[in-house]
Parts: sequence; structure tokens; C-alpha cells
Amino acid sequence: MGEIIEIERIRCDGHGICAELLPELITLDDWGYPIVKRGPVPDHLAELSRRAVDDCPVLALRLGSVTAVTRKR
Amino acid sequence: MELIGPGTESLATHRQRLGPLPALPSGELIAELESSGLLGRGGAGFPVGRKWRTVAERSSGRAVVLANGAEGEPLSHKDRSLMAARPHLVIDGALLAARAVGADDIIFYIGVEHRGAGAAMRHALVERQDIRGRATIVSAPAGYVSGEESAAVHFVNGGDARPTTTPPRPFDRGVHGRPTLVQNVETLALVALIARRGHDWYKDRGRRSGTGLITVSGVVNHAGVQEIDFGATLGDVAGVAGGFRDEAQAVLLGGYFGGWADVEDQWGLPLEPRSLRSRGLALGCGVVHFLAAESCGVEATSRIVSYLASQSARQCGPCVFGLSAIAAATQRLATRSPHADDLDSIVRWSGQLTGRGACHHPDGAAGLLRSALELFADDFAQHQRRRCHTVSMPERVAVA
Repeated sequence: MGEIIEIERIRCDGHGICAELLPELITLDDWGYPIVKRGPVPDHLAELSRRAVDDCPVLALRLGSVTAVTRKR
Repeated sequence: MELIGPGTESLATHRQRLGPLPALPSGELIAELESSGLLGRGGAGFPVGRKWRTVAERSSGRAVVLANGAEGEPLSHKDRSLMAARPHLVIDGALLAARAVGADDIIFYIGVEHRGAGAAMRHALVERQDIRGRATIVSAPAGYVSGEESAAVHFVNGGDARPTTTPPRPFDRGVHGRPTLVQNVETLALVALIARRGHDWYKDRGRRSGTGLITVSGVVNHAGVQEIDFGATLGDVAGVAGGFRDEAQAVLLGGYFGGWADVEDQWGLPLEPRSLRSRGLALGCGVVHFLAAESCGVEATSRIVSYLASQSARQCGPCVFGLSAIAAATQRLATRSPHADDLDSIVRWSGQLTGRGACHHPDGAAGLLRSALELFADDFAQHQRRRCHTVSMPERVAVA
């Protein structure tokens, strides 16, 4: 069971650092807000994902478990 | 008509018609609701029994029931009609909910603009001995998102009526930090009937798919709230509404968070959840709006997405910027003055918004737009070329 990147949308200001660190999983929309690729974080990107979480200037990212997310629709 | 009618039913008439509130033990009522298959009638259609069980498990006798009568959907009138006509049935449902989930406090959250409904509920609460001291009425501010459950809880807690980040969900931590059951008023009224008659009564209605209220509008002769069995077809509903004033081309099912469908294709479609789902449709809060053949689908859609963009709680970037960009581009298309890439842009944006807000506002708007892009594909293409083949009549989609 893997981890998944979750974004607190109200907090996110679209700084875009997450997409710079983790372009494999996160792209930005036309206004600079992140679009996260579906599915769990692959092992080889786990370290970078943790960094993206730590480096978000407004602390809008977190790593959640897959089950917690499937519950949300 | 059990859920609507002329005038307001008094407590005496209500008791005479339906008898006293049955004293079912908590577990039994929840089991009845699970067997009945009753789905929430606020829009999301969540299974009611499962929701109540979740709150009951967390309650320790200190839960709160929030009866949601904030009907923000511009095309829906069924909740206010129900509260105005059958306030005691709603109160019965709220009392049953409080007993079943272990709640002391009951809050009736009623749209401030639903004046008749608010007055009927206020008067009915005065008539009732059995709820005295436990019930509060809270006036919900106008607005599309005020009735979203986390927004309702936030407002009751002294904040503004805007959605909050979840989790925590209201059933974990809601009003005053207590587990909170947020349930639409029509759902509560149906519970009050199921508690008296059993789950089989509900299931047997409408080809085993239940019964409830819908609001019919658009190009019909008699727009208004109908009580239907969900086995009824789209054609039946149009018939009860007195048929069409003019030819109808499309139907908006589920309101502004719903989707467009072709009237002819869906004419024989029963309005029950499974057959709707098999065609990618849903009844949501029960809106059925018929669009005249001479109206322009692009224009009608533009009005809806503009309204939804204006109703963003303005908290989440994708909703604030995405919806306003979609609204602007769709409006340029509707007025046949598009930028070169407007159609391509809205197609792309409509696929990017789902799941990217704290609440489902952007999801609802994107879903509506995707259904329009599919059903009115030719019209959108025409409009991108600055043409329109309909006689452009202003479409009367009500915008509150």
C-alpha cells in the first residue's frame, strides 16, 4: 500500500515549487495550481515527494495513505 | 401527495393522517433505512442508513443533527415547498435522527430567502412539545455553496458559510466539534414515512427505487414541484407538467451540478438511480429542466457556468481562476465573439477541475460543462466559427 500526494486546496497559493521538484507527478494548470497524477507515489520518487511536502511555502502538501483518499469520492 | 400540498399542515392534521412518531430503537431504524435503500436527497445521493450508522458509532450521545433546508440550487424548489407544506414531517425525521444517532441538539438550517418555509417551520416548532428546548433555527445565507455540509457546519459554528478543508468531516467533528449528521430536509421527511411503514413500503414504490420530490421547469406548461415514484420516466414527468409549450430539445437533470441529456433519447428513461447512472446521468437534487428546441444550448450553458463561477467561495485557486476563465470563454462563444482557442481551452479545462477544490463546486461545474460539450458539440463548433443555427431566444434558466 503506497502513499499518495494530497493538496489542501484552500491553503495552496500556487507557488509551484512542488511541480519543480516533482514534474513526474505534479504539473501546473494555466494559473499555476498543481495537478497531481493519480495513483500512489512510486518508490523511486518517495524521497522527492517528502521534499515537496517539506518545501511547500504554505504547507499545503501532505502524504496520505491510499485508503484515506479513495473515501473522498 | 404526502410531501407537498396546498397550505401548511397543522400538528393535529399531521398526527391524524400519520399517527404518532413510532418509537423504534436506534439500531432498528438504522437497519430499516439500510434495507430501504434510501439515498440522500440533497444532491450527492449518499446512502442514508450508512451515514447514520457512521455518526451513531462516533456519537457517545453527544452528536448534533443539522437538518439542511438551505436550497441554493436556483432551479430547485422542492425543499422549501416541503417545509412550507409538511413541516411536522421534517421535524419527525429530525427527531428520529436525533434518537438514532444519539443527539441532544437539532439545528434547522433554512435558507434566509425561503420565507414561507421558514415561517412554517418556526410555527410548527412552537406547536411541538416533543422537541422543545432542543431545536434551533439558523438562517442560512443566500448562495449556492451555503448548503454544502462543511459550509453549513462552519456557519453554525460562527464562521462564514464557506466550505472548509476536509477531513475532519462533519460526522467526525462538526457543530461545536461534535459528530454531526447533516441531512437534507426531504431525506428526513422520507425517513419519517419509512419509520412508520417499513423499508418495504419505500422500496416497493417506483419499481423498487423509492419516491421523492423533483422540481420541473423550462418549456413545460406547468412548472413546479412534483412528487414522483422514481420508476416514472422523463416522459411521465413532462406529462404531469402539462406537456410542452414548445418543442423541447434537451433536459438538464440534477440542476447546475448535473448534466444535459437529449430529450428524445431519454424519453422512456426511468428516473431511478441505477438506470440514470447507466447513462452517466443522475437526478441529484431532483431538478428536471427542459430546454426549448429554439433555445441555444451554448447560451444556456454559458449562463449556468457564469452563475457557478460567481458562486465560487473564492478559496481554492483552481475554482477561482478556472471557473472564471471557463465562464468568460463560454460567454464569448455564446455571443459568437470567441478567441481563436476558446473552445479548445474549455474542453481542456473541463477535464482538469475534478477533485481540485476543498468542496465539489469545481467538479459540479466541470461535469455540467462536459455534458454540454458532448450534447451540444455541433453548436459549440458553430459558435467557435461565430455562427449559431438556433433562433437565439434568451433562455430562461433562472439565475437567482
